[in-house]
Amino acid sequence: MAVGKGWRPSAPLDHLQQRARILARIRAFFAERGVMEVETPVLSPAAITDPHLESFRTHYTGPCYAGGAALYLHTSPEFAMKRLLAAGSGSIYQLCKVFRQGEAGCRHNPEFSMLEWYRPGFDHHGLMDEVALLVAPLLGLEDQQVEKLSYREAFRRYAAIDPLAASVDALRDCAVRLGIEGLDGEYEADVWLDLILTHAVEPQLGRDALCFIHDYPASQAALAQLNPDNPQVAERFELYYQGVELANGFHELADATEQRRRFSDENEARKKQGLELVPMDEHLLAALEHGFPPCAGVALGVDRLVMLALGTQCLAEVMAFTIDNC
Amino acid sequence: MATYSTNEFKRGLKLMLDGDPYTIVENEFVKPGKGQAFNRVKVRNLKSGRVIERTFKSGESVEAADVMDTDMQYLYNDGEAYHFMHPESFEQIAADAAAVGDEAKWLKEQDICVVTLWNGVPISVTPPNHVILTVVETDPGVRGDTATGGTKPAICDTGAVVQVPLFIDVGDMLKVDTRSGEYISRAKE
Repeated sequence: MAVGKGWRPSAPLDHLQQRARILARIRAFFAERGVMEVETPVLSPAAITDPHLESFRTHYTGPCYAGGAALYLHTSPEFAMKRLLAAGSGSIYQLCKVFRQGEAGCRHNPEFSMLEWYRPGFDHHGLMDEVALLVAPLLGLEDQQVEKLSYREAFRRYAAIDPLAASVDALRDCAVRLGIEGLDGEYEADVWLDLILTHAVEPQLGRDALCFIHDYPASQAALAQLNPDNPQVAERFELYYQGVELANGFHELADATEQRRRFSDENEARKKQGLELVPMDEHLLAALEHGFPPCAGVALGVDRLVMLALGTQCLAEVMAFTIDNC
Repeated sequence: MATYSTNEFKRGLKLMLDGDPYTIVENEFVKPGKGQAFNRVKVRNLKSGRVIERTFKSGESVEAADVMDTDMQYLYNDGEAYHFMHPESFEQIAADAAAVGDEAKWLKEQDICVVTLWNGVPISVTPPNHVILTVVETDPGVRGDTATGGTKPAICDTGAVVQVPLFIDVGDMLKVDTRSGEYISRAKE
């Protein structure tokens, strides 16, 4: 990426002032609700296994690891926060930097600010309501009706296809029909679904109001539990405004055995794709085994939230420095 | 075969797609938080000028196009081809009408143009942003009329037709912007 801006911040200072005010309002929102702010380590000997997320790896040598050890920078504080929940923390939130290898562009930066919070006793619908209560006033949308669409409804409406029933061939044809050109390899269904989602569905979501998409295909459950009445879908949601993905939440998977199986499957998928295998988080699995409170959790991209609140187009306009001048 | 990974994508990078050379006009990285990353690009066909959209799975490689922009001096048109010369090596090259296209009307002998070569063959020619042309045909000039803002067509020595102010006469020299085709001022040369 071009290095062209020199030493100066990429964002105007008044944007950074507004950013600081939004951070203060977020902290006030949680203080008022008795949700505790926590801090957890950025470094961990374990990493996320999801093949779509690549962790930065660094090296530590010193007390505790005299022989040296690989440590990974977190892509979200999820695992450590879940260990706090298993230890009985109750409702918690965190504002922190997270790190993702290979992601840079107008709406991406390899390090970015995440707001993540967990609510014992909430399911994903309860948490969606709370997300809207936090976000709507920051975007000036208090008076707008929040829209909730299932993943299936969104695809039917904007791509005229049933994402849960369509074959790989039908999904490929759908992409062609929508005029999305370029991809012609043999890809699995989820690649085609992501292609259609990003090119045809997302741009339509949340044009004038907050829009939640929920009940994702089970193959994209990530760390959400499956719907007990319909295991074809997972109790996962995403928040969109003006076509921008803002948050991802789960009715959290609490089953240690199922969690271990997903980690292994993901490492298996990594092997197939020629990606590096990563150590799974045994502390998290032990915490789930110990007993995990039924809860819902969500991660929200703070930089994108500020970007939308300020009516700007790119993260560089609301981040002091981005990867091209850090 | 040289290739580029999607990580190298940026404006101006030259790619081969469906057997034609293209240049990247716009490159957008798109990725659902928990999903597949794509590079969604707008590319311009260097032969036809047409802009299309293409999407690549991030991490994949694309064949590079051997395309070079070279500053060359325009020499003459022999009725079939337009001849250019490299100002240092004096090497000469001929571009056909398809490569020159509509830009032919801005080509003035001795001007330095950008000749785009694909595998050593010219596929397009970009004239200087500003050229000096001589009017060969236009309605008689209205002396002293520099204020009314009216215009009339003038045919220039290269064949270009430019809208000019009413006071312009045959034999006048004009400075013209080749990107917009607009008259800028009278020129003294």
